[in-house]
Amino acid sequence: MSRRRLQSDLATRWTQATFRDRNRTIYTLLIIGALLFPSFADLTTGGSGNHLVSTAADAGVYVLLAIGLNIVVGFAGLLDLGYAAFFAIGAYTYALLASSQLSGSPLHTEFHLPFWVLLLVAMLVAATFGAILGAPTLRLRGDYLAIVTLGFGEIVPRVFRYLGAGSPIGNWTGGVNGISAIDPPKLPAFLSGPWFGVSTPFKIVSPFDFSDSNWAPMDYYWLVLILVAICIVIATNLYSSRIGRAWMAVREDEVAAAASGINTVAIKLLAFAIGASFAGFAGCYYGAKLSLVSSENFEFVVSVSILIMVVLGGMGNIPGVILGALTIFFVQFYVLTNLPDYAVAAANGVGLGFLNQSNGGWAGLHDEVQRLNFIVFGLILVSVMLLRPQGLFPSRIREQELEKGTVEEAVFDIRETTE
Amino acid sequence: MSAIPAAAPVILDIDRVTKRFGGLTAVDDVSFDIKSGEIFSLIGPNGAGKTTLFNTITGLYKPTAGAIRFQNRDITGLKPYRVCELGIARTFQQIRLFAYMSALDNVRVGEHPRMHAKIWDAIFKTRTARREEARVTDRAMELLDFVGIRQQAQNYARNLPYGHQRRLEIARALGSDPKLLLLDEPAAGANPQEKRDLMALVEKVRAQGITVLLIEHDMKVVMGISERIVVLDHGQKIAEGKPQEVRSDAKVIEAYLGKSA
Repeated sequence: MSRRRLQSDLATRWTQATFRDRNRTIYTLLIIGALLFPSFADLTTGGSGNHLVSTAADAGVYVLLAIGLNIVVGFAGLLDLGYAAFFAIGAYTYALLASSQLSGSPLHTEFHLPFWVLLLVAMLVAATFGAILGAPTLRLRGDYLAIVTLGFGEIVPRVFRYLGAGSPIGNWTGGVNGISAIDPPKLPAFLSGPWFGVSTPFKIVSPFDFSDSNWAPMDYYWLVLILVAICIVIATNLYSSRIGRAWMAVREDEVAAAASGINTVAIKLLAFAIGASFAGFAGCYYGAKLSLVSSENFEFVVSVSILIMVVLGGMGNIPGVILGALTIFFVQFYVLTNLPDYAVAAANGVGLGFLNQSNGGWAGLHDEVQRLNFIVFGLILVSVMLLRPQGLFPSRIREQELEKGTVEEAVFDIRETTE
Repeated sequence: MSAIPAAAPVILDIDRVTKRFGGLTAVDDVSFDIKSGEIFSLIGPNGAGKTTLFNTITGLYKPTAGAIRFQNRDITGLKPYRVCELGIARTFQQIRLFAYMSALDNVRVGEHPRMHAKIWDAIFKTRTARREEARVTDRAMELLDFVGIRQQAQNYARNLPYGHQRRLEIARALGSDPKLLLLDEPAAGANPQEKRDLMALVEKVRAQGITVLLIEHDMKVVMGISERIVVLDHGQKIAEGKPQEVRSDAKVIEAYLGKSA
């Protein structure tokens, strides 16, 4: 073997090894970060980290959604612009079946089914709607499918809004007010027994009680971590399975996939239904945590945000998508909301304090920056996509696509990918 | 050339198949049958309707008229994946690999119709799924070995040299364990040496007991290995028979060889 060949081999081996290890590194860092975050939040805020922990739990919802949408967009290559619809369906499923809402409906009965059961129910309901939407539309390709899903994403929140008081078929969804006072999850008695809690003499473990406002943020935080972990395992298993390969084959070349014995319509439908079920899962949790479900929370901008998380994180690569979700969430809900205050402080700091006063058409720096929020967001997105068009942490696919490197020889043993 | 017993069963029966696109008749009332175990070639000038006939057999097109029977079973108008499941695999004239998947995964996709893992197996990575994956991976490596590109297993299909891509397409098609393999100009764009190598591979495929239907533009390539040849011109069958017979057929010389001679 020539020296040159040897060098290129080593380079390839190194890249491929880092790739596998990079995903492992990301997961390790994520786990450590997630476990330490509550303590970190308490330390930095002087013992009142509950708000930060609660925000982090909200970020977890977006991670769930991004993992789900990645199955549809990243694996199967189907552009879904109405993903928030399935999120809404999951949230409303939980809200209707775990609150007093239905006592005001023509049913005159209220249901208070347990959260844990409804997690599965919400998944199934969302998956069913995914299949219902998919069945007539998955014959469409690319752009057309995107438009149909866009329409679906617009219709679903509206349906929920109009099925409130005064709708011809009665008040089902609370209309513009949404559904409030939704039950929090409850742990079975054997898990929340006397050894939990602050007031009992047994207090060994902090109370895992979702209705205690002191502990709820932490409990929701741990709950979402568990849900995210479940979803990562499921998505990763699917990725390396027969089904995952079929999705990617359809994404790469539908005709060749069909000629290779893949029932393309069925496999696309499955991607849609499974993607939707992840959103249903996330929606159920979201409804429980917020204790309020309103159609405003599922507008088009939510679908777009999730799509941005997937694309920006690195389509197809699960750890990349998770980091994308966390990054976008941080930018949207932390950087952008605090940006006006930063601007005011900066102006004061450099002696331009007069900018903070409103003056004629000038609304004051705080309000002006607030108005520009979406422009800043847009600029951030444009810069990231220009600097890293393959996403922050792409799968090997995109990396190669953009590097245009050719690899002459395989360098690692085949067994490694199958076990 | 191994002799095929005259009494060998018919594996594919093309019965008066016609395919029209609007006013254009791409395949015009073509009939022939292929016997189990032979290498059968479909030749003709560009635009003669060879690929259209392939697409009709494999379910990408529905024939306008006529019937296609595979192992005495009517497969006319079946969906492509059903045709593949029944045992007909194909390659494409314009290579259609899954570009951003590894060579190994391309072949494993080919094995899809022979796998049984259901969605629950995939989600929970059950013992059934793991065993099947191991089996399918071994088989895929065998097939890559069979077509001579084992060393490419981990590389993306798009990064393979042209000749290897052709071979990978054949390996993917073999993944579905077909009884009949349809090859659409596998030697297109290859140099004479590569053509000879590919034809040797086709011979090797047949030696596995797989019947081969071969499309070829270049008549010389198939003369050596085909038991029988059908010549299409303007969608019509103008000749059928052993290579020597076809070569000396007046119509063929006029329609086909006449141009190049």
